[in-house]
Amino acid sequence: MILRIVIGLAAGAALLLLPFVASSVWQNLLITTFYFAYLGQAWNVLGGYAGQLSLGHAAFFSIGAYTSVVLHTHLGLSPWVGMLAGAALAAVVSQGIGFLGFRFGLRGFYFILLTLAVAEILRLVALHLPILGGYTGLFINFTPNPWQFQFKGKIPYYFVALSFLGLASGVVWLIERSKFGVYLVAIREDEDAAEALGVDTFRYKMLAYAVSAALTALGGTFYAYYQFYLQPNTVLSMHHSVDIMIRPIVGGSGTILGPILGSFLLELLGEFSRTYFATGAAGLYVVIYGLLLIVVVLFLPRGVYPTLLGWVRRALARHA
Amino acid sequence: MSLLRVENVSKAFGGLTAVQGVSFALAEGELLALIGPNGAGKTTLFHIISGFLRPDEGRVRYAGEDLTGVRPHDICQRGMVRTFQVTRPFHRLTVMENVLVGALERVAQRRQAVKVAEEILALTGLAEKADQLGHSLTLPDRKRLELARALATGPRVLLLDEVMAGLNPTETGRLIELIRTIHRRGITILLIEHVMRAVMALSQRILVLNYGELIAEGSPDAIVRNTKVIEAYLGEGYSGLDDDGAPSRHQGTKEDT
Repeated sequence: MILRIVIGLAAGAALLLLPFVASSVWQNLLITTFYFAYLGQAWNVLGGYAGQLSLGHAAFFSIGAYTSVVLHTHLGLSPWVGMLAGAALAAVVSQGIGFLGFRFGLRGFYFILLTLAVAEILRLVALHLPILGGYTGLFINFTPNPWQFQFKGKIPYYFVALSFLGLASGVVWLIERSKFGVYLVAIREDEDAAEALGVDTFRYKMLAYAVSAALTALGGTFYAYYQFYLQPNTVLSMHHSVDIMIRPIVGGSGTILGPILGSFLLELLGEFSRTYFATGAAGLYVVIYGLLLIVVVLFLPRGVYPTLLGWVRRALARHA
Repeated sequence: MSLLRVENVSKAFGGLTAVQGVSFALAEGELLALIGPNGAGKTTLFHIISGFLRPDEGRVRYAGEDLTGVRPHDICQRGMVRTFQVTRPFHRLTVMENVLVGALERVAQRRQAVKVAEEILALTGLAEKADQLGHSLTLPDRKRLELARALATGPRVLLLDEVMAGLNPTETGRLIELIRTIHRRGITILLIEHVMRAVMALSQRILVLNYGELIAEGSPDAIVRNTKVIEAYLGEGYSGLDDDGAPSRHQGTKEDT
């Protein structure tokens, strides 16, 4: 117990001090890590806990991003407020997709295709809608004003990203300990058996989708005001949806630490392969990154975190 | 008054008629067995009663209400719960968590639900395995888990689909005792079973299904002497006393692995 408190305090202190000692490159790396861990945690609610794999979370991300930016540029609404509107809109859209998918009993691949199709449709819509900037996208003029979600330097973004991650992890922590969480996992494990035991599978899947979509949309606003640029072919691409889901899958979906661990691993892996393999053959680092991913998926199919946990438990059992 | 009433229910899959004009009633507190050869439509009938399948014709009434179009979770919440013939534990959940899913249907507070689950685990003899994962259980324990989860929902009617299949004689004996205990607590039970020893030991009344139709109904003694039933299912020379397993030609019912 005391050991835990000491570790917790040390970790907390390290997280608070880290941005002040890190170089700009490392600051950026940490922000990206937290941010993707946050998105992974949001995806985790639906994909990890409820077991409904979505390959279209870029849609909710973009709904959040575009909503807050449009409300900001046209109506002068603070993105802090606008992001809530974006989250609400994303939740509503998720209920539409969920209704189609779950009411008609789409499972597995068919649900994945549905989510992918919706993101693709939204991408085409964004490409052709003038108010969303079309192909060129939307640029945000930088005005350093925290109320406008715009900060000088990276340190404030670091703490915003960290808070977001804390918030999402808190939500997942609460879900894990509630009836809702038990039901989601039961649905993932065996939907019919859950239904037979009195679980309204449709309702709980819809609820998980809403929570997941709303949280993802908040992440979209963060991205918009960190990058100051939104382009449909980037934010609404399938590649982006994969980026959102890959971290929890690698780290261990359906666990609270999975998305966080997965994000750290992939960010470090990406940085490592970029640093050491970027010179010489162009694009080699992407190949290396891909190979390392394959290794993880092949040898740790349940994800890194559950596998590590299993090793530790077995080691402890041997010494006990 | 009958708690469950099946009225003229029929169901066909493509050209194959699985259940044809079946009617019966289950009284509160009764223990009724449904027997018949493989493919007779017993499980289809269970799917219909529990809301997983919609009948083409006929209706199911439970506590006076029409269950047509009512979804399975709703039927469970109203007090009628089923188990699955092919056991379906939540693989990556512990035995405790498996039962908790059922218990949360009755009590929303997790702490209280854990208490309910603990009682059920003790009753069903799974207390020592509470921390094992669902997929690690042996077949007899999986069967118990099916029963435990269903019980945790606090049912009025329990629909048991072949809970004895694949068990050895000792295990069968224990499970018979367990079901008897549950029945004594006032839970109404409808039992699909091939293991005649269990059927004879437990049931107050037996229904026999063959090719989707009810061919006989009566007390256990009358059923084993019924020539139609002997011809369709039990086989010549069946006494119902010296048999541990299913009627000989139906032995080796496929169970899940």
